Amino acid sequence: MATRYTREHEWIRLEGGVATMGITPYAQEQLGDIVFVDLPEVGKKLAKGDEAAVVESVKAASEVYAPIAGEVIEVNSALTDSPGMVNESADGAGWFLKLKPANPGEVEALMDEAAYQAYLETI
Amino acid sequence: MLNSEGRPTAPAAASAVEEKTFTGNRGLQIEEPLIFETGREDVTGVDLPEPPKAPSRLGSHARKAAIGLPGLTEPEAMRHYVRLSQKNYAIDSGLYPLGSCTMKHNPRLNEKMARLPGFADIHPLQPLSTVQGAIELIAELGRWLLASTGMASVAVSPKAGAHGEACGMMAIKAALEARGDKRKTVLVPESAHGTNPATAALIGYSVVDVPAGPDGRVHPDAVKERLSGDVAAIMLTNPNTCGLFERDVTAIADAVHAAGAYFYADGANFNAIVGKVRPGDLGVDAMHINLHKTFSTPHGGGGPGAGPVVFSERLARHAPVPFVRLTADGAEFVETRRQAGKTAEPFGRITAFHGQMGMFVRALSYMLSHGADGMRQASEDAVLNANYIKAGLADLMSLPYGDGPCMHEALFDDRFLEGTGVTTLDFAKAMIDEGYHPMTMYFPLVVHGAMLIEPTESESKASIDLFVATLRDLVMRAKRGEVERFRQAPMLAPRRRLDETRAARSPKLKWEKPQPWSEAAE
Repeated sequence: MATRYTREHEWIRLEGGVATMGITPYAQEQLGDIVFVDLPEVGKKLAKGDEAAVVESVKAASEVYAPIAGEVIEVNSALTDSPGMVNESADGAGWFLKLKPANPGEVEALMDEAAYQAYLETI
Repeated sequence: MLNSEGRPTAPAAASAVEEKTFTGNRGLQIEEPLIFETGREDVTGVDLPEPPKAPSRLGSHARKAAIGLPGLTEPEAMRHYVRLSQKNYAIDSGLYPLGSCTMKHNPRLNEKMARLPGFADIHPLQPLSTVQGAIELIAELGRWLLASTGMASVAVSPKAGAHGEACGMMAIKAALEARGDKRKTVLVPESAHGTNPATAALIGYSVVDVPAGPDGRVHPDAVKERLSGDVAAIMLTNPNTCGLFERDVTAIADAVHAAGAYFYADGANFNAIVGKVRPGDLGVDAMHINLHKTFSTPHGGGGPGAGPVVFSERLARHAPVPFVRLTADGAEFVETRRQAGKTAEPFGRITAFHGQMGMFVRALSYMLSHGADGMRQASEDAVLNANYIKAGLADLMSLPYGDGPCMHEALFDDRFLEGTGVTTLDFAKAMIDEGYHPMTMYFPLVVHGAMLIEPTESESKASIDLFVATLRDLVMRAKRGEVERFRQAPMLAPRRRLDETRAARSPKLKWEKPQPWSEAAE
């Protein structure tokens, strides 16, 4: 399935019933060099819009929100030692966590690539 | 040119090449190591008499090896600290335009007063009868704070702005709990100081952001939309961190009160309105005052700060202990609930002792020497200076919220650097080469690449003219394409650009004694 996006610059991708999420290349560019990523515990249940992680750059710290409701089933623990992966590959190796969606349909309702690009134009 | 003794009096043409020196020193700028990296074991700067011989009772606890204090002669110790002090950039050495920090001049009179032995050489545990003057001074400072804010009660002792915030918010929490109200949310505008949401969270509230309008101000409707029976308070800074006066502050206060919540004001920017506006008249219930910003007590480099909190009539009974009280029998130090009186319900004890006595003396000295009219003029001059800077740069730099007047600080965004390849950070670093401490950058977060400049009332017109001319020159150089010069900056500082990313990603948190060179060479 194609990647979906939020207005808070998270991306999420549903594959085989598991949703992988991270922050968008635009978000990492705005944040600058990322120095720390605080990831949630595996097993944590998140409501849509809950704080899922915190990302800290040399400029600022920001919350990363859960684009959908679900349970955290895996986190990208490589980010703990190499937070720079988010800068290098925000939508790839720099993923944050995997969620088991409470309602997979929620992903579909988010912005698609074209809608997100159009949204970026407005900022 | 040679003078009559044949000594050359004009310098040879300066060389632009960076010379490496044998010592690592550059001119008279000394490359100073840490004190623990200097000294020798067989040297001491003090001559202590041999301790009398006595049997040791330490047994196996007796120290077996030297503790490694650096052995230095008195002149060596003196030079070390003087050299370190010369590396400092301070308001006493130049313009310090850190927005939101209010680096204003600390009048020498304050310093003289703070060093009077009756204030400087006393101890908090001394009998009260021997420190009556000092206690009276604290009461007098409190009286001035209440008069200038139009509030009902004051807690003088909090040690810093954020401590004051915690104190104010704890009083609000106590007032709500006293009426059996368990509210869980605090509203904080997006442009707030980071300490505001942190304080609310520390005290156990969840934080709801209030967005700013397109004019950089908080709008009553945005607040009303978020008000409910669950909102304990709003934390609002006025003037706000965009350097703008919140025009609708009384409407916001009314809405907050109508919803049964309290209005906490962050007093960090009180210096812009002292003598002009009394926060009590705006509907504020609690506000901290940074003595170190508004009333010219020294800060930067770690304090000490002082953050007294003033309370409205609605919160006064919940003000914390300890506090001072003047009675017919003399000055009192009230430390307990019972001492506080029947009607008082202090939320607790906010400090062990009286607070930052030295700062109290300095702040009151500032107040008494300026008088009400002088403090009003200081506010006016601070605002005038900021507007003069804004006007001097508005055609070259970009203003996020239009060309209206600002308060005590001028805020620019980085649109004027678009296409130059120069960032706000590069621009700030280039200011260091020009001999200026950079302005506050990337704050407030609501403005892209923010540059927040606060000149304070301390600067003369000549000083500001030179500052504006310097910034204009930098902008022109950025627009001329001298991007490499900016990326390299600072080129003339004792240290070049630091690697902030590496410092944050792999911080070195422990100092390790370097190997003596003889061992290292083996």
